[in-house]
Formats: sequence, C-alpha cells, structure tokens
Amino acid sequence: MSVTLSRRKFLVGTALAAARPMPAVAQPKPVRIGLLTVKTGPLAQGGIQMEQGLTRFLKDRNYTLAGRKAELVVADTGGNPAGTKTKTQELVERDNVDLILGPLAAFELLAISEYAAQAKVAILSLAAAEDMTQRRPNPYFVRASATSAQTMHPLADYAAKELKVKRVITVSEDFAYGHEQMGGFQRVFEDAGGRVVKKLWPPIVTPDYTPYLAQISGADAVVQGFAGSNPLKFVKQYKDHGLRFPIVGSSTGGDDALLKSFGDEAIGMISCSFYTSDLDSPSNRRLVEGMVRDYGNIPGLYAAGLYINGMVAEAALEKTGGKTDDKEALIRALRGVALTDSPRGPFHFDRLGNVVGNFYIRRCDRKGDKLVNTTVKTYPNVSQFWTYDEKWFLSQPVYSRDYPPLKS
Amino acid sequence: MDMSLTLVLAVNSLTLGGLLFLLSAGFSLIFGLMKIPNLTHGSFFMLGGYVAASLIGWGVDFWSAALLSGLLVAAFGGIVERLILRRLAGAELAQVLVTLGLSFMVADVCLTVWTGDPIRIDTPSALRGATSVLGVAFPAYRLAIGVIAVLFAAALWALLDQTRLGAMIRAGVDDPAMARVVGIRVSRLFTLVFCLGAWLAGFAGVIGGPILSVYPGLDQEMLPLALVVVILGGSGSLLGSLVGSFIVGFLYNFGQALFPELAYVVLFLPMLVVLVLRPQGLFGRQAG
Repeated sequence: MSVTLSRRKFLVGTALAAARPMPAVAQPKPVRIGLLTVKTGPLAQGGIQMEQGLTRFLKDRNYTLAGRKAELVVADTGGNPAGTKTKTQELVERDNVDLILGPLAAFELLAISEYAAQAKVAILSLAAAEDMTQRRPNPYFVRASATSAQTMHPLADYAAKELKVKRVITVSEDFAYGHEQMGGFQRVFEDAGGRVVKKLWPPIVTPDYTPYLAQISGADAVVQGFAGSNPLKFVKQYKDHGLRFPIVGSSTGGDDALLKSFGDEAIGMISCSFYTSDLDSPSNRRLVEGMVRDYGNIPGLYAAGLYINGMVAEAALEKTGGKTDDKEALIRALRGVALTDSPRGPFHFDRLGNVVGNFYIRRCDRKGDKLVNTTVKTYPNVSQFWTYDEKWFLSQPVYSRDYPPLKS
Repeated sequence: MDMSLTLVLAVNSLTLGGLLFLLSAGFSLIFGLMKIPNLTHGSFFMLGGYVAASLIGWGVDFWSAALLSGLLVAAFGGIVERLILRRLAGAELAQVLVTLGLSFMVADVCLTVWTGDPIRIDTPSALRGATSVLGVAFPAYRLAIGVIAVLFAAALWALLDQTRLGAMIRAGVDDPAMARVVGIRVSRLFTLVFCLGAWLAGFAGVIGGPILSVYPGLDQEMLPLALVVVILGGSGSLLGSLVGSFIVGFLYNFGQALFPELAYVVLFLPMLVVLVLRPQGLFGRQAG
C-alpha cells in the first residue's frame, strides 16, 4: 500500500500576514516546520491525529512562535520507510524546513535517522525505538513522548505492587515496538517478584486472535501492548471468548482517542501512558477543548504528542531568540527545554534527548454513555532507565523478543 | 497440546472457514466464469462492513443492515463490471491493474468518509456471550457464522446445481464460446455473477464485523486469504471454495498456535505445493 496523496501545504500564516498592512521594518522570514505523518493506509488513524494535534497547537499560537510567523509543511510518508526517506529529503532540501516533527513509526524513523544526522536537522518524533536515545543515539533527535519500555516499567511496577499480580501472560505484535515493550515489562515485573509465564506474538496483521487467546490460561492478568486498531479487536475477541483475567495495557493499547471505538469490554482495563486526557493542567484543558471543538473527539497520545512537540519547538525558539540558522544551537536549545505546564505535565530531557516526565496509570470506566480513562496513580519524573543505573542499563542488550529470556 | 485447546481451535477453524467461504465463493465464481482476478474483492468486504456500521448507527438492525449493505456493495460491483471490466475482457494484466487501483481508491474514499478510526460493529444481542460446547466456553456468534456459511453453501449449491440459471453459469464456466452458441447471454451472466460475488463479499464483511471490526487495511488483510482459498480449492468450483476455506481455517488456527514463528509458512506452503502438483487446484477442472 503505497498510495501517496499530493502534499498539502498549510500556509495560513502567510495568508494572515498578507491581510495586514505591511510594517516599515523588514519581517524575519517565517520558521518552517515539517511534519512527517501518515495519512493513507492502515497507520492513517494515528497519523491524522498527529496533524490535528499540531494544527491545534499552531492555531492556539496564532501561527506565531517566538515572534516569528510559523509555516507548517505536511508530508505524507505513506507509512513506509522508502516514502519517509523521500519525503524527508523533500522537506529538507526543497522546502528548507527548520525542524521536523514526526514520523510516526519506529521503522520510518530508523530509515531517516542517518540522513537527518548528516543534514543536521532536528527531529522531534513520537517513534519509540529504544536505541535512538540509548545505545545508538542520534545527536539531532529529541523525544518528548516515551520509549517503548518507558511506559511499561511503571505499568509493571503498578501491576506487581498495587494490583498484587503474580503471574502474567504478555501479548503484543511481533515487531520491535512489541518486543521492547514486553521486555521492559518483564524486567521490572520480575524484579518486583512477579513472573512472566508466556509471551505471545501475533503478527501485526492478524484478523483473528483466537489461536492466541486459546493459549491464555494459568495467569492472574494479561498484558497487551497492541497498537493501531489491534487493541480494539484483541480486547473484544478476548471477552467474547469468555476470558476474565484482568487486562493491563500500554499507551497505544488503551489510548484515549480509541475509547470512542471501544465497547463495554474495555471496562476495568488498566493502561499506562505518558499522556492522559483527564490531566488538570491549563495547557491540557486548552488542548482537550480545542480538539473536541474542532475534531469532535478527545485527544489521544498522537494528537497530544504533537501538541507537546510543538511546545518544545516553541520553547527552544524562545531561547535562541527565534533563530534557527545555527543548527547546533537549535538542538542544544531543544534538548535544554524544561516545561512546567504541558498537556503531559512537567518534563525535561536527559543527556540523550529522551524525556523525563510523568507517566499515568489509568482505569477505564463507563461514565454516562461514554468510556473514560481515569488516572489512578501518577509516577512522576520517570526516565527511560526507570530506577536502574544508566551505565548498567546501557551495558545490557536492548529489549528484544527473547531478552530478557523467560525463566523456566 | 491439551484437549480443550484443540477443541477451541477446531471449532474456531470452522467459523473462520465459514467466513472465508462467504468471501471466497464469490471470488472463485467470478474468476471461474469471467477469468477476472478481482483484487477489489477485499474492498467489497471492507465496504460492506463500513456501510453496515453506518446503517446500524442510523438504527437499522444487524441482519437487515447485513442484507442491505450487501445489496449496495453488489450494486457497486455491478457498476464496476458494466463500466470498466467489460471493456477489458481478456486483458488479464489490465484487469489486475484496474482492480488493484480500484481497491486503493476504495480504501482512500473509506478513509475520507469513515476516518481512520476503527469502527466496531456490535454482536447481535441474541448471540452475545459464550455457549458451552463439550464443556468449553465458545462465543455463540462464532458458531452462528459456521451455521450461516453452511446454509449459504447449500443455497449456492442448489442455485448452481438445481436451477436453470445455475446450469447456464456452469456452462459459461466450462465453455463460454459454446454457451454463447447455444443462446446463453453470457455477458448478462457476467454481470449477475459479479454482483452475486460482490454481494457475498459485502455480506461477509458485515458478518465478520463483530469479530474483526472495520478499519483501514482490512481489505488488504482479507484479500490474500481469499486468494489462498481459491488457489487451494480451484477456481470456479463451489466445493473447492468450501473445502479450501476450511483447510485455510484449520491451517491458520493450528499453525499460529503451534508454530507461531512460522504462521505464514504454514498458511502458504500448502498453496505452493498445490500450485506445483495440481495447478488447477484441488477441485478445479483442467484448463483448456
């Protein structure tokens, strides 16, 4: 599936500027933000929400960042590595963007990481690949969301200590994001005395989960780390099969934007995310109101993630006085950003460019005719290394399908 | 492997087989009669699900929505056949490209109309919950799919084997030139069969909805399964579709449970073997 729509440009900023009388002094040229997203194919759901979140942010700022007009150039990668690479080159070489927000998926990010480092263009992405900020760091990369396992460490802690779960079965898609999530869960869960008894890996494309559901038995809980529309399918089929073990899920597995598609089968599901729409902070209230008004749905992690990345870009531009010419200074400013009010709460970055911030444990409940995630516990200041020593953590292999190994 | 796991997988193989039969019977008939490898078939499936989801949202009950949605998809299929495929008779490469292109177009239109969010279709209330089969809990709705598939297989068999229309279709499959000579209006049959195939696929999309839900990419997930069924069973053969569907149902379920790393190998290897040893499929007739 590699249909590519023609790229749309949103030049609202310039349109607004043209409508006003020209001041006598020369205007600085606008800052150009490139967005790599997916608007066609199976990943489009998250990709469209990314664009919505960023558009909301720019509207909230009236398309002005640090005194400069802001222009958004949106590129549709088609959700594949080759398309991502082409679009990145277009953004950098033809559109002369000052920084890039996106892409969505880890395999897209890995396809452009080297090129971006050579071109020295800053990338602010939601893609969760661990090693981008760990064993093979890219100095021009900033991640304000979470690594794959960063979300699972607190979830595992909560499952072991608060839910008092002893034995779990994990199930997640058979690709790096799934492997890293469950590796992270396993390490923290087993260090807290729990035991992962089985790990199931359905392929990304699995119309029917029954063969996997049939293998679920002998556990206190099931951990699911699905992404896209898969959590919906999995949880529904799980309940249809009469399985009753509680489900705990990752950020993509219990995302707020998915709630309107879930039914009662999701009630009671515990999930952990870097973003929760019920956070009571001024910027989050603004984001939620704007999203509901413009798009008729509460924001999930994709929309909020891009809104937050927009705020990071803005804060960095304020530090450089709106300048983007010095790439080194810009990336230093980006990584030095520390915000006290954001839709995900306060956060800052570690020396590798990854976020240190709050992670929220939520419980899904029915309120009136809607499903809502309610925060039941906040883990503050969570780093990608959890409570482990950074040196030790980095000396271990990256989480994978077989690491940590199952205890027999 | 313990008994209850085997039983769950076996019963589920039958329901997946049933769903695949609804999807692939039409594909097989279309390919058998018209020699069109209809790559839009997965789109018919997805479109059926989306249309039904909207109909149900407007208050239509599940079964009426399934029938109605199938009809709308059939109408769409008829238009595609009359306006486009008819002009490409005999040009298989052009047909492949056109139907593939159409499937991309349908996918994008669905994305625009129904957004990228997955849409759930609720299980009809009478069939919610689990029934106990030999002491193992099993979703009632899945059993119903198996029953529906068997009913459809019987009805299609009666149509093809017992009616005059069926005799004409069979004649068209076996030897279109001769069928024309004896006065059968083969081109009208083509449209009819294409609509019937589209109807079955659209209906299957609705029936599958409560299990699969409807989401972008569903079309491309289902199409390969239909292809495997038809290659295994042999194109143009109803019995081939039925047997092929259940074989794929079993391979899929047991393959993923027993050899999860090799799930696709288990699914596609038998297809390759059949292609090498018996290119016309298990129940297909020798070409020529």
